[in-house]
Amino acid sequence: MLRYLLPLGGLAVLVVFLFFGLHREPSIIPSPLIGKPAPPFSLPSVTDPSRQVTNATYRGRMYVLNVWGTWCVGCREEHSALLAIARTNVVPIVGLSWKDDRPLAIEWLKQLGDPYVECAFDADGRVAIDWGVYGAPETFLVDAQGRVIHKHIAPLTEAIWQRDFLPRIQAAAGTRP
Amino acid sequence: MKAFAVALLLMLATSVAFGIDSGDDFPDPVLQARYERLIHDLRCLVCQNESIADSNAGLAADLRREVREMLRAGKSDQEILAFMTDRYGDFVLFRPPFVARTWILWLAPALLLVAGAWIAARIVRQRQRLAREDADDSDLDAGSA
Repeated sequence: MLRYLLPLGGLAVLVVFLFFGLHREPSIIPSPLIGKPAPPFSLPSVTDPSRQVTNATYRGRMYVLNVWGTWCVGCREEHSALLAIARTNVVPIVGLSWKDDRPLAIEWLKQLGDPYVECAFDADGRVAIDWGVYGAPETFLVDAQGRVIHKHIAPLTEAIWQRDFLPRIQAAAGTRP
Repeated sequence: MKAFAVALLLMLATSVAFGIDSGDDFPDPVLQARYERLIHDLRCLVCQNESIADSNAGLAADLRREVREMLRAGKSDQEILAFMTDRYGDFVLFRPPFVARTWILWLAPALLLVAGAWIAARIVRQRQRLAREDADDSDLDAGSA
């Protein structure tokens, strides 16, 4: 009896693992940053290099950090969603231009519209490494205490915003001291 | 024919060392060895089955630069790996640590080996018993005959 049950049991275990494996996206790596303080940064602005953009500005306020590049197809894809989200005025969206060409980035914002309250220019990608960025577009939600509370990898859509971001924003706003 | 020979010679004269890593070697061979080991132990997150030593992704180059700078600054291997896991999680390590979430990963080969040995032992014992029973049967047959 056992000689039939054993392989069958082994197969069942394998099927369960494979089944759950089907629903996992291996390119999405969980961020160790969730619940931790957002890495501080101060970088020149994309549009005005003489001006510094720093997340210290948002102390005591919630904000979204969106990592993008003109070389990134997914960023073009999510751009209209970013513009729509920015129009709702729920939280400020700060841009992080990752390893980009400044004139191209400025041209992009001029042509497609600028959803950002301000946009930092990370020429050598050091700030992106501090934030654990590995593929644009990535979008972080930071609460009023300066903690990263959510990270979305891949292009943002309004549906994802409503499903994953808005409830967290509302919850965080509710528990504000 | 002459042209062919010249072309062949020219081909042999070119260097074949097209390294991914474009940075300079460390003057200290110990430091260079540590650098080589570290970049082979760190996963490139863009192309997940490559180490940052093998990958020519932009992020891999940036991470090699970070490792290089930290080594120059006198950081220990642990500090450098901690820098990476603080940002990218244990996933960035090709040798993940032994923690609650990864114990099955580390113990699975041993567990499978024990399970296999147990099954093999059972089969061998069963065969032996059958062989003995056959022998006993033939003894009986011989006795009754």
